[in-house]
Amino acid sequence: MQLVIWRSKIHSPEVEKIIELSGQNVYSCYQCGMCTASCPSTGNMDIPPNMIVRLIQIGMIGKVLDSRSIWVCTSCFTCFAECPKGIDIASLTEALRLYHLRRNIDHLNLSSIPHGELLELPVIAMVGALRKFTA
Amino acid sequence: MGYGVFICHCGQNIAGTIDIEKLVRKVSGIRGVTHVEDYIFMCSDPGQERIKKAIKEKNLEGIVVAACSPSLHEETFRKAAESVGLNPYLVEIANIREWSAWPHQAEPEEATMKAFKIIESTVEKLNGDKPLEPLRLEVVRRVMVIGGGIAGIQAALDVAEAGIEVILVERSPSIGGRMAQLSETFPTLDCPQCILTPKMTSVAHHPLVKLLAYSEVEEVSGSAGNFKVKVRRKPTYVDWNKCVGCGLCMEACPVELPSEFEMGLAHRKAIYIQFPQAVPNKAVIDSENCIRMKYGRGCGLCAQKCPANAITFEDNGKAEEYDVGAIIVATGLEVMDKANFAEYGAGELKDVLTGLEFERMLAPSGPTGGKVVRPSDGRVPKEVVFIQCVGSRDPENWNPYCSKICCMYTAKQALLYKHAVPGGQAYIFYIDIRADGKGYEEFIHRAMAEEGVIYLRGRVGRVYQEGDKLRVEGVDTISGLKIVIDADMVVLATAAVPSSGVEELAKKLRIQLGEGGWLKEAHLKLRPLETLTSGVFIAGAAQYPKDITDTVSQASGAAAKAVAFLSKGYVVREPLIAVVNEDICSGCGNCEEACSYQAIKVVDGKANVDESLCEGCGSCTAACPSGAVQLKNYDKRQIIKMVESIVG
Amino acid sequence: MVYAYYPGCTLKTHAKGFELSAMASLEKLGVKYRELEKWTCCGTVYSLASDDAMRQVAQVRILTRAESAGYRRMLTLCSMCYNTLKRANMLVRSDPERLETINMFMDDEPDYKGSVEVKHLLEVLRDEVTFDKIRSMVSKPLRGLRISAYYGCLLLRPKTVSIDSSINPHVMEDLLSSLGAEPIDSPEKAKCCGAYLTVNRKDLVAGFAYEILSAARRRGAELVVTSCPLCFFNLDRRQEEVSRMYEDYKPIPILYVTQLLALALGIRDVYMFNLHYVDPTSLLKSKGLL
Ligand SMILES: Cc1cc2nc3c(=O)[nH]c(=O)nc-3n(C[C@H](O)[C@H](O)[C@H](O)COP(=O)(O)OP(=O)(O)OC[C@H]3O[C@@H](n4cnc5c(N)ncnc54)[C@H](O)[C@@H]3O)c2cc1C
Repeated sequence: MQLVIWRSKIHSPEVEKIIELSGQNVYSCYQCGMCTASCPSTGNMDIPPNMIVRLIQIGMIGKVLDSRSIWVCTSCFTCFAECPKGIDIASLTEALRLYHLRRNIDHLNLSSIPHGELLELPVIAMVGALRKFTA
Repeated sequence: MGYGVFICHCGQNIAGTIDIEKLVRKVSGIRGVTHVEDYIFMCSDPGQERIKKAIKEKNLEGIVVAACSPSLHEETFRKAAESVGLNPYLVEIANIREWSAWPHQAEPEEATMKAFKIIESTVEKLNGDKPLEPLRLEVVRRVMVIGGGIAGIQAALDVAEAGIEVILVERSPSIGGRMAQLSETFPTLDCPQCILTPKMTSVAHHPLVKLLAYSEVEEVSGSAGNFKVKVRRKPTYVDWNKCVGCGLCMEACPVELPSEFEMGLAHRKAIYIQFPQAVPNKAVIDSENCIRMKYGRGCGLCAQKCPANAITFEDNGKAEEYDVGAIIVATGLEVMDKANFAEYGAGELKDVLTGLEFERMLAPSGPTGGKVVRPSDGRVPKEVVFIQCVGSRDPENWNPYCSKICCMYTAKQALLYKHAVPGGQAYIFYIDIRADGKGYEEFIHRAMAEEGVIYLRGRVGRVYQEGDKLRVEGVDTISGLKIVIDADMVVLATAAVPSSGVEELAKKLRIQLGEGGWLKEAHLKLRPLETLTSGVFIAGAAQYPKDITDTVSQASGAAAKAVAFLSKGYVVREPLIAVVNEDICSGCGNCEEACSYQAIKVVDGKANVDESLCEGCGSCTAACPSGAVQLKNYDKRQIIKMVESIVG
Repeated sequence: MVYAYYPGCTLKTHAKGFELSAMASLEKLGVKYRELEKWTCCGTVYSLASDDAMRQVAQVRILTRAESAGYRRMLTLCSMCYNTLKRANMLVRSDPERLETINMFMDDEPDYKGSVEVKHLLEVLRDEVTFDKIRSMVSKPLRGLRISAYYGCLLLRPKTVSIDSSINPHVMEDLLSSLGAEPIDSPEKAKCCGAYLTVNRKDLVAGFAYEILSAARRRGAELVVTSCPLCFFNLDRRQEEVSRMYEDYKPIPILYVTQLLALALGIRDVYMFNLHYVDPTSLLKSKGLL
């Protein structure tokens, strides 16, 4: 496996956009892994949080955008609370989701969920999911 | 006649941004400037030769060197000028590197303009400068060393060996510091008992060393060469002239308290000798916990047992004053308390230890006799997890700096654990391995390859009790996996922090603390053993965490500095100090209040400057309502002219 | 000073028992509040995008309505409402430009000036009422009840809005102790419940619930309390999936912390236990509390 990198790949428009939207300085990350160690969802992710930051640092934004991880992150902010460099990874995953959502690509299709189940759900669950997963 | 201006390129550092040719042209137009010259490195020998030549040939009355910060080369250029007969105080530095070339790399034109303004205003200052003579003061040939860890011990020995008297002040009952608490030391695995104890004894017995154990510095006055230090000898309630250190008192005492030396892993009594190899080997009474001292009567079992009749219960504390010419500060380090770390059990999980606690456990003379056992149930731990960088490299929550010693001592501890528990497994969570010393990389290799310590690259998020195990949830960023270990014991390499109380001490000594509370050097690279207060030197971990090798080297360095400082017999001080115009001074005393050095006092209705104390900081000039106090060569009128030239 | 009480959507439906028990307790404890008129949805999740002023309008509208009605403090119960309102408030207070933009969006409302303080019920109980006073008013101590407090995320994180330590909080334990109960510490108490993933990833949420609840159970808890309606739903309702996934799983009742407060204060008929999936009544009866 090898990756060829160059200036404009590392600082591609997609990378710049994600950094701007999230307001996070990914370059201050020194890969201690505290986020991954404390994230309750690591087990459900294909790319752990520290690796998300790493891949953005080296311009591999496509891999991150396609990852399952950004859709299982619950914005619980444990990573942010623990990060020694104060990086809010929840804001990063939000920016990554928005990258899709702002192109009108929804992640959630309510019609695929049984009607009975929908009726049971509290309003906050529905509104929260719609805001996080749909355009 | 006139002034000369010498513009340095500093290689590309200045010339890479600033248009030198243009600058030379503009500077030539400044009123009073008769000679302008540029050169690639003014500080080099040929550069200095040029300056000297110009001064002689053009008969210059003063010069400005436009180069780097005066803290780097002011002295160089002053000496050069002096060698050809120009008064050194008519040499001014215009710092166009740090002030212009470096910060404005992206805007070269503005940088050139700014450099010009800096030079122009410096020429204005030169206009008002007067030739001055340095002040010369006799010194006291005696050194005080504060802190009796390995740094203080080494410095005291070196100074004494040079034939100069030393007063060694240690606040604990015994000298030895952190090193006395260690099990074995990386990378050689020497035991401190073998290599430290002899040094402790020789310093205590050295004819030129006066050891003041259980003592603290209370007040410092005077200045370089002539300090007066008031030392408080804390009350021991035991007559140390009689005490022979037999320890019978400790056996008799019924009061048990957690031992500071053993990091709480064992008890000490209310009367105690700090540790078996203590120097001096004398007992002290902890008056807050001694029954007799607390209630004024009762117990007294220790006194009954003492064969030397040394225990008096009398407050034998006193204050003593010492005249010294130089001071070496060697107050060392402590480690952060584990209670700070909620993610690792906030100090409530018994089998989570700090590195220093684990040192005691590994020490053959320690509370467990060198056996590694769990404090909770006494069982031998089979899986031990070490976590590095706890509170270090964490600008968001704790300390931004690297504690420097933990990579190595953690490797050492893991290795010693493996020796103590042959079938056991040690894991080390680390972020980077910093093994930058002689034999260090090889030591890490030994831990990994020969002793089977498993290194996991990443931090640990949580440690919590799960049954009788400690569940450790960490990460290995190399494999990209979250790692869970059910450990029997966890050791935290908590961050090194400056010794408590160093802040107050620094205030008394009028020295500065830098980031994180570590003692600040005069210049990190070029004057790492000195402080900005002349005559006060620093040694050991008080400056920044360091291992024993570095500590000892630095201590010897500081000792050499102190000896060199005193061996001339006199000190030369900068004459750039405050002067009072008595015609204007109303004796209001504002200056007295503003001065942090007690250098200016109102005497008979007029302010009076003590030249041996004044540091030339200028606080008094700012506080003076009438402008009666001025700094020599930093006169208010000079400053106003400088400002005018910049804004005008 | 009177609180503007902001209920939020779920307190009027799924979490009716939370609201009733909280309100009855506050009355008994002498805290003055009035429900905010014309309240709207808080948006539930705080937008994390730097350019998203639109998504803060809902919260600022609520705040400005409270401000113009003369309130200086707003009381929230639901963690999500607390978090979104508190964060939006902090944002506009520190970013006047953003506030101006949002004020412009809401041309039908008076401009918000930033004078309202957002509080969570637990803060009010701890800092204003004080647990000592609560202890003195307890008529039915929860003696012998072993309870694990579950905080979830949004009362604790990000750190800037936390009502307590964001990793190792103890405010609920302190409250429970003042009610005479025995709090059981759990390492999972500040872990995420899966939140809105409950809509599309029931499986993951059930996994979280299992870990959280079994950790509490292993440490001897008989009951888990929470103060967030979404946490409540995920911990309570998803136990159905948990039981399906783990055969030997024994369900554990979930209560709102205010239901226990009301019980200890001797208040009746505010519980709505019929809305709970795991019925707590037999446990409470066995302890002589019902
Ligand atoms: C867990 C651990 C393991 C280590 N293992 C190793 C190792 O294996 N190898 C190695 O090379 N290094 C090791 N080190 C580092 C080593 O301990 C230090 O390099 C060394 O102790 C520094 O010596 P010092 O004299 O500067 O400071 P210290 O040892 O801290 O001594 C300072 C002394 O000053 C005294 N003092 C403090 N304040 C005052 C005051 N205001 N007035 C008077 N006295 C004062 C203190 O009581 C103390 O006696 C380890 C450190 C730790 C924490």
